[in-house]
Amino acid sequence: MKRFGFVLGVLLAVCLVMTIGSPAYAAKVIKIGVIGPMNFVQGKGHWNGATLAAEEINAKGGIQVGKKKMKIELVKTDSNEFLSMTDATNAMELAITRHKVDFLVGGFRTEAVLAMQDIAMDYKKIFIGCGAAHPELCTRVAENYDRYKYWFRGTPFNSMYLVRTCFIHMATVGAILKKMLNIPKVKVAIVAEKAMWVDPMVAAAKEFIPKMGMEMAGIWRPSAVATDVTAELSAIQRAGAHMIFTTFSSSVGITFARQAGGLKIPAAQVGINVEAQKDGFWDATEGMGNYVMTMNTYARGVEYNELTAPFVDKYIKKFAEVPTYTADTYASIIYNLAPVIEQAGTLDADKLVAIMENRVYKVPSGRIEYIKDTEGRHLHDLKWGPGYLTSLGTQWQDGKLKGVWPNRWKASKDAPEITYKGIVPYKIAPWIIEKYKK
Amino acid sequence: MIIDIIISGLINGSVYALLAIGFSLIFGVARIVNIAHTAFYMVASYCIYYATHQMGVHPVLAMLVAIGLVTLIGLICYKLFIDPIREHEAAVLIATIALAIAMQEIMLLIFTGDFLSVPALVTGYLKIFEVKIAYQQLLTFAVALLILAGVWALLKKTRLGLAIRSTAEDREVANLMGMNESRVAMMTMAVSVGLAAFAGAVVVPLSVVHPHMWMHPLIMMMAVVVLGGLGSLKGSFVGAYILGLAESLVVFLIPMGAFLKGSVALSIMILVLLIRPEGLFGVAFEEER
Repeated sequence: MKRFGFVLGVLLAVCLVMTIGSPAYAAKVIKIGVIGPMNFVQGKGHWNGATLAAEEINAKGGIQVGKKKMKIELVKTDSNEFLSMTDATNAMELAITRHKVDFLVGGFRTEAVLAMQDIAMDYKKIFIGCGAAHPELCTRVAENYDRYKYWFRGTPFNSMYLVRTCFIHMATVGAILKKMLNIPKVKVAIVAEKAMWVDPMVAAAKEFIPKMGMEMAGIWRPSAVATDVTAELSAIQRAGAHMIFTTFSSSVGITFARQAGGLKIPAAQVGINVEAQKDGFWDATEGMGNYVMTMNTYARGVEYNELTAPFVDKYIKKFAEVPTYTADTYASIIYNLAPVIEQAGTLDADKLVAIMENRVYKVPSGRIEYIKDTEGRHLHDLKWGPGYLTSLGTQWQDGKLKGVWPNRWKASKDAPEITYKGIVPYKIAPWIIEKYKK
Repeated sequence: MIIDIIISGLINGSVYALLAIGFSLIFGVARIVNIAHTAFYMVASYCIYYATHQMGVHPVLAMLVAIGLVTLIGLICYKLFIDPIREHEAAVLIATIALAIAMQEIMLLIFTGDFLSVPALVTGYLKIFEVKIAYQQLLTFAVALLILAGVWALLKKTRLGLAIRSTAEDREVANLMGMNESRVAMMTMAVSVGLAAFAGAVVVPLSVVHPHMWMHPLIMMMAVVVLGGLGSLKGSFVGAYILGLAESLVVFLIPMGAFLKGSVALSIMILVLLIRPEGLFGVAFEEER
């Protein structure tokens, strides 16, 4: 009887170990944690993109891992990172320890992603960031490769490149204003929400605006959730700005665009306004966001390459809206994780990292290559530029979000002109023309 | 620049005044610190959004329905969650915090965290000394003045007002004189929540509708009523304009620190309290009842 009890105990312990401790690849599914603020549009983008990818892969029977096919199971993980950093870190911990995810995609707010990144690295889980732009996320890889090598940036390219692209947009619009309205020296107001990802952009803008032959009208830093910016708008108008360089990722983007449009502030808005990247922006501003230009990733009818239209069309068909950049969880799963797992024939993170960091591959928003720092160390950060990732400049034109950049853009004097399919000319708001046209 | 600061300050102040008057009223009468006050303002905003965008109702009609509906919700909440524990002020405070969070979560569940908007009642703008002011902002300013006049008339010229003032003066004596103190408190709650809903209706076309939109106005409103003197309507009105002007000053004088406008306003509140703990127009605590 004693012996029977011992055997039963051993059997129970084995069952327990098998159910709790077995690796995911023994479970025939690959678990991908999709982490983001799920009650907000950024998180919805994460989830929608990942859902499309999982459906597509599973419809083909799954991913070939060695000799067996494994389907994808997504784990929806609400980080609530806009409101609580603690919620974000708890969500990451929960995804890894309780749901036992194999990989993670998502994250949006840099402050939260930095904390979530550490947790993922503690557990040696590959985490592809699809939202946060701060360079620190990748410099950590170079500085402490063994710990942070499991982190990869999926989208967007880092804020230094974001600002570079925005400067090109600013220079483009500045040249149009100069030419069309005979403005001798364009004055630029910088309006940037108070957030960590914006700080390097503001610093760079301060330095480069004069170098671009333009004049600074001032810098305003409203709260990311400001509900009234009329005082800022009055001050900007008083400062004589012809152009407003915006960097908004939160609700202030709607407030600003709506109030500026309502008051017909005679200054062209250029830069990043995440809210303006979404289909809902027109309704949210009651049409006052007309002529707002923002850096963007996707727009109806604009194609970077042959992968763009199928993805955008499929996304619109399923979710009735244009994907925003956080929906690039799709590309991170379908064009990064899936082929790498198939190539390695394993889910072993170290083996996958070795393949991932050296791959060059196409995605719907361009071509991805991971860059190294000046000392040749891996950053797992994205390469920016013609032939790789450039993003788009999009402008709201009478209720439609149109692609307006790159339009015959030359990255350097000798470089070939780039115009993506579906790009249309930039339009100046009529009240700006009325104010400055002589 | 001075003109810009004054005009922006007056507009900002009007928004805070609209919210603070209702909050101050219910505190002055029933000693209820209703943290959910701005949550009712948020619910009213969602009601207007739903009526205008989902049902195609005219904005003015949507406003009226929203004010009525939210007042009703306010009364139900009062009866269910506040009235039974009214004697315990700390419990009321906690209950209204819970109520506000519950309303936020319900809106989050129904409408998600998407940023929404409602149409302005009047579009366009007016130029005063080269400063552009949206008609909707002018409307808010005018409505704030009208509401104050209306509340003053209600308190001074009606029997209900007399009952409210008596109850505010001394609840027990008012009870002994045959006034139904509980009923007066309920009526005051209705007026207070109605004012919050009205504020939502007027202010929200200037802003963005989302489930957390009640938090910032709550902080500013609390600052206004503490600065003006808890329970003092006149104090709330004056306090609102002081903080509105302070915010404008920050934006114009330290544009790089525009995000600090809320903090500066709160610092002014603390400063005033250090010098005059009862607020600008409040009754000194030791003299209270």
